[in-house]
Amino acid sequence: MDLYEHMGKDLFRVQGIPTPAGRVCRTPQEAADAARTFGGSAVVKVQVQIGGRGKGGGVELCRSPDGAAAAAERMLRDGFMGHVVDRVLAEELLPIAQEFYTSIVLERTTGGYLAMMTAEGGVDIEALARERPETIRRVQIDPLLRLRTYHVRELTGALPVAAREGAADVVRKLFELLWERDATLVEVNPLVLLDDGRVVALDAKVTVDDNALPRHPDLAALAQEFPIDPVEKRAKDAGLQYVKLEGEVGIIGNGAGLVMATLDIVARAGARAANFLDIGGGASADTMATSLEVILSDPAVRCVFVNIFGGITRCDVVANGVLEALTRVDATVPLVLRLDGTNAEEGRRIIDEARHPMIVSVPTMDEAAAEAARLSREAA
Amino acid sequence: MSVLVGADTKLLVQGMTGKEGTFHTLRNRAYGTDVVAGVTPGKGGQDVEGIPVFDTVAEAVDATGANTSMIFVGPRFAAEAILEAADARIGLVVCITEGIAARDMAEVHAYLEGTATTLVGPNCPGVISPGLANVGIIPGEVCAPGRVGFVSRSGTLVYQIVYELTSRGIGQSTCIGMGGDPVHGIGFIESLALFEGDPDTELMIMTGEIGGDDEERAASYIAERVAKPVVAYIAGFEAPVGKRMGHAGAIVTGSTGTAAAKAEALESVGVQVARTPSQVARLVADRLTG
Repeated sequence: MDLYEHMGKDLFRVQGIPTPAGRVCRTPQEAADAARTFGGSAVVKVQVQIGGRGKGGGVELCRSPDGAAAAAERMLRDGFMGHVVDRVLAEELLPIAQEFYTSIVLERTTGGYLAMMTAEGGVDIEALARERPETIRRVQIDPLLRLRTYHVRELTGALPVAAREGAADVVRKLFELLWERDATLVEVNPLVLLDDGRVVALDAKVTVDDNALPRHPDLAALAQEFPIDPVEKRAKDAGLQYVKLEGEVGIIGNGAGLVMATLDIVARAGARAANFLDIGGGASADTMATSLEVILSDPAVRCVFVNIFGGITRCDVVANGVLEALTRVDATVPLVLRLDGTNAEEGRRIIDEARHPMIVSVPTMDEAAAEAARLSREAA
Repeated sequence: MSVLVGADTKLLVQGMTGKEGTFHTLRNRAYGTDVVAGVTPGKGGQDVEGIPVFDTVAEAVDATGANTSMIFVGPRFAAEAILEAADARIGLVVCITEGIAARDMAEVHAYLEGTATTLVGPNCPGVISPGLANVGIIPGEVCAPGRVGFVSRSGTLVYQIVYELTSRGIGQSTCIGMGGDPVHGIGFIESLALFEGDPDTELMIMTGEIGGDDEERAASYIAERVAKPVVAYIAGFEAPVGKRMGHAGAIVTGSTGTAAAKAEALESVGVQVARTPSQVARLVADRLTG
């Protein structure tokens, strides 16, 4: 779960990591008020679960309360890169002497943690990593040893002497935060040295491990604050993995890999998937009915491709589940059903005998994708 | 012959007395796997359809000579279960459990480096050597004994592709479902190394998906160390581009993690990359006859 910047900064403050004074604002008026308390000026930042805000117009330096109100109004009205924005963060302007970058991330390759620091903050950090990787100090952290003093010295050695002590304190606390709150990423870009010598985190990116949320009820509760599409919410409540896409062929499949493969073959057949929907291991009538309801609520859908591989779930059970679901949900578009795997022949026989007017049964994935593409073109 | 599991496997199941554990243990036994013990703390002395249950892994190993453990313990206690198996000197641990916290797995991963224990998973479908042993939840009915080694991140894609291989009369030496968690045990490289060294594996299949750089690193390994033919499939060319918060992940891997980048990396080292799951079986058939 990716946290909003202001949530990350709340965690930073609890840990004792210095951050600018700031206020979460849900209206332009609140942003103007915040700017007044900061002496008339403020930085106004969209709160979204993606990066790239600086380049994309999601951060604005405002020299007056009216300016802060105008920036907040624009952000709340227009959203950011297709994301709904229901709040902005207004922060005090600080006198910055120098900008740095630091992060700690769970590293897939080693199964351990990697801490990074560079004196070259405020730049495109990915470009820096490609072009001058030697400017970024990297330290592997063994999860059994955790962060040690020599790690911290190695990292902060990248910074000017005046910033080292403050940065060392920040890194130590970032690691404590990562460890205690089960984060898989903590990133500060930029970490800044102020004119008065303090080292402050101007930004906060924190990703919390979803699998660990059961042991952090306070973090789990934050999930409620992110805007969610009502259709996606319905699917989520039913335990389905659903992502809305831009196409016209609705997709239902079992297993993330198989569903991803289904999107690919539909594209190869010349159509576009309307969604990603993984029903997981079970394909009961209930699951199937909810899945169909979710998919058919999207007006762009012109046909549905149900792609099931029967492993432990037998295809005859799936076939009966689909038929029962169709007694509860009114199929307004044709259903291309592909059943393969355990008891596939029995499953297809059940479907054939039912002679449901909206079901087209096709035995292989490739043929089913072609049929779904054809039906969606016909309906266009 | 086979890798990881086979005729010598003596299987112990941690969490055997739970619903899922019992169901799959009995399926594995019905397939022909030598299931010798179950472990559930507090239920020592009981049995499940004749399979004795012990309180600890160490006791079970002493009493039965178990050399492989399959884990169905819930996510809160599964990391501990892996450590217990390693301390009891179990050689292979197959962890089916989904939802283990990454920090717990990071500790397990670091600890196992100092032991002789190999981990498969977590959040994986397991390992099957058709005709010899099935350890996990891969449906044995769709597999057949043969000379193709298979390793995959995705579960259902294994089932689909194996089914198509078997339908064409192409059997498998061993199928490994490595699982998709960020911190996991055996990966593509370790699996390919095992298959390369297995005299009864003639060709290998690897199926990957978007995210991370496991496939790119496997491509480098294949270029340097693998002589046997490799056929690959990557899922997710059309998958929605994941929203990304920080830059740290990309700095670490230097990879975009897209399906196209992975396919390109593999093709550049001579691996044939299928564009659909069905094409995998066709490419393998051509390769074996051609």
